[in-house]
Amino acid sequence: MSGTGLEILVPGPLTTAQDMGRFGMLGSGVCPSGALDQDAARLANALAGNMAYGGDAPAMLEMTLLGITAMFQVETIFAVTGAAMPLTLNGQPVNAYESIRASAGDVLACGFARTGCRAYLAVAGGFAVPRVMGSRSTHLRCGFGGFEGRKLRAGDVLPMPSVGSGVKAGVTIEPTLAWPRSGQPWVVRVADGPQLGMFGKAALDGFLRAEYTVSPQSDRMGVRLDGPAVTGEGGSDILSDGIPPGAVQITNSGQPIVLLADRQTIGGYAKPFVVIDADLPIMAQVRPGERLRLRRISTREARRVGMAAWTELAARTRRIEERHSGTIQIMGFRLRGG
Amino acid sequence: MKEAFRFLPAGERAVVVECGDAIDPAVNDKVVALAASLTAKPIPGVLESVVSYRSLLVMFDPMRVGGWGLRRRLARRLRSLGAVGPAETLSRTVDIPVCYGGAFGPDLPDVAAHTGLSIEEVAHRHSAVAYRVYMIGFMPGFPYLGGLDDALVTPRLPTPRALIPAGSVGIGGNQTGVYPLDSPGGWRLIGRSPLRLYDAGSDNPVLLSAGDGVRFVPVTAEEYARIERGEWRGPYAKGVSV
Repeated sequence: MSGTGLEILVPGPLTTAQDMGRFGMLGSGVCPSGALDQDAARLANALAGNMAYGGDAPAMLEMTLLGITAMFQVETIFAVTGAAMPLTLNGQPVNAYESIRASAGDVLACGFARTGCRAYLAVAGGFAVPRVMGSRSTHLRCGFGGFEGRKLRAGDVLPMPSVGSGVKAGVTIEPTLAWPRSGQPWVVRVADGPQLGMFGKAALDGFLRAEYTVSPQSDRMGVRLDGPAVTGEGGSDILSDGIPPGAVQITNSGQPIVLLADRQTIGGYAKPFVVIDADLPIMAQVRPGERLRLRRISTREARRVGMAAWTELAARTRRIEERHSGTIQIMGFRLRGG
Repeated sequence: MKEAFRFLPAGERAVVVECGDAIDPAVNDKVVALAASLTAKPIPGVLESVVSYRSLLVMFDPMRVGGWGLRRRLARRLRSLGAVGPAETLSRTVDIPVCYGGAFGPDLPDVAAHTGLSIEEVAHRHSAVAYRVYMIGFMPGFPYLGGLDDALVTPRLPTPRALIPAGSVGIGGNQTGVYPLDSPGGWRLIGRSPLRLYDAGSDNPVLLSAGDGVRFVPVTAEEYARIERGEWRGPYAKGVSV
């Protein structure tokens, strides 16, 4: 088998190389990009034996709704997490959330997601796309980073190393994100945002009671919500200010948009709420047409929930690491920054 | 005494420090000074910040610094910055060469017609002012400039163009600016600069920063071509004069 990478046979509608994001550039107008479902992405990297946190976590592929069909030109250990795409390796079904060995010439096919929107394919050692401004993530709008600054096409070959030692096949982990019960809407927790005060009590109560539908206009910039308009007392225009991840922005027509990793860094619409960090993976996984409602919690509660979610994720990545390294540590997992 | 700033919540991992209510150089000075102080002397747990007209968005890691503790430290910083200088404390001024009119500025005649000025007068007035970069955003390296001559105010195009080439200089309402990269846009184009405000591959990918001064310097089409070919850098080497 010639070549030293992953050859894309069928690219899917939107597949991009992403790591955990490009940081430190917000003040220059450069959005972070990076994997939208950071929990699923971290687990994919951990399962493939890679760093799961921080700037050293290598690039994966983020696939949207329909996955790729691709041939490994080198032997590897890979893992797929996130949206539930049916997976086959050389036509035989294989599992998500499990590290799997592939030989040179093996073909991985990722089908249409049964649930969720975005899935992550990580390979041992990561995809060797160049760093731009400190990150391997694709900045789609500006066309840099990732693989040639664009979504993948058939025939692309993503360079990757062959698998080293210390990475095992057959390591499994359970997903972190719980899907809502059938027929139930997603519930997304929000904390207060900077322009909460521009909306009256009635408008806020109505907003939080209402059920919204995820618009097909949603993308990596933001999830647009169709439903009752939210109206501020003096319109929704503000003197433009910085936009944190997960900001719930209300446009002049009253439509809420939850802003994600490819957002503009500065905007001129009011932001009454911010989706809490622990629920951003939901925003990455909602599909057009799915229903969603917001639940307001205090900043203090958001912080507590965030710490619990982080601890839970850290415990999982630690378990995966232990299985790869063959050592079992009982108790005493440690938190890792990044 | 009433504090000249207030904190606004922005989720559990960010806080907004608002230093005023208006687009005002003195207010923006304070925001820029706070951002600079966070770069020069970082507060542990603060990840990054975004300068805007009158506020600073401060992003932090809640595992490393508490929201209230951070507010206290930011307040102390702000007070220690003291009376940040008046509007003329621009950290530096960047000269941006612009070739006005012709194919580079297809809307210059419209701006002249709307304002009742001659084409030459529009270019002259546009390049006679020192602008202030209030913030960078919207796209990588895009400067929000303040200081446009009131006589040049011209509404945006009724229908935005699908593609505006990088370097284009435009007027949209009471704003003026330079497009750092090819993009759609509705501003009236009056000229173009050969200077790259944004270069993803460079060590310093974004030329301008909030707080910078900007001057537009008229150049001929021939000078434009020489700068673009790298044959002549004139005073625009890094575009910076102090």
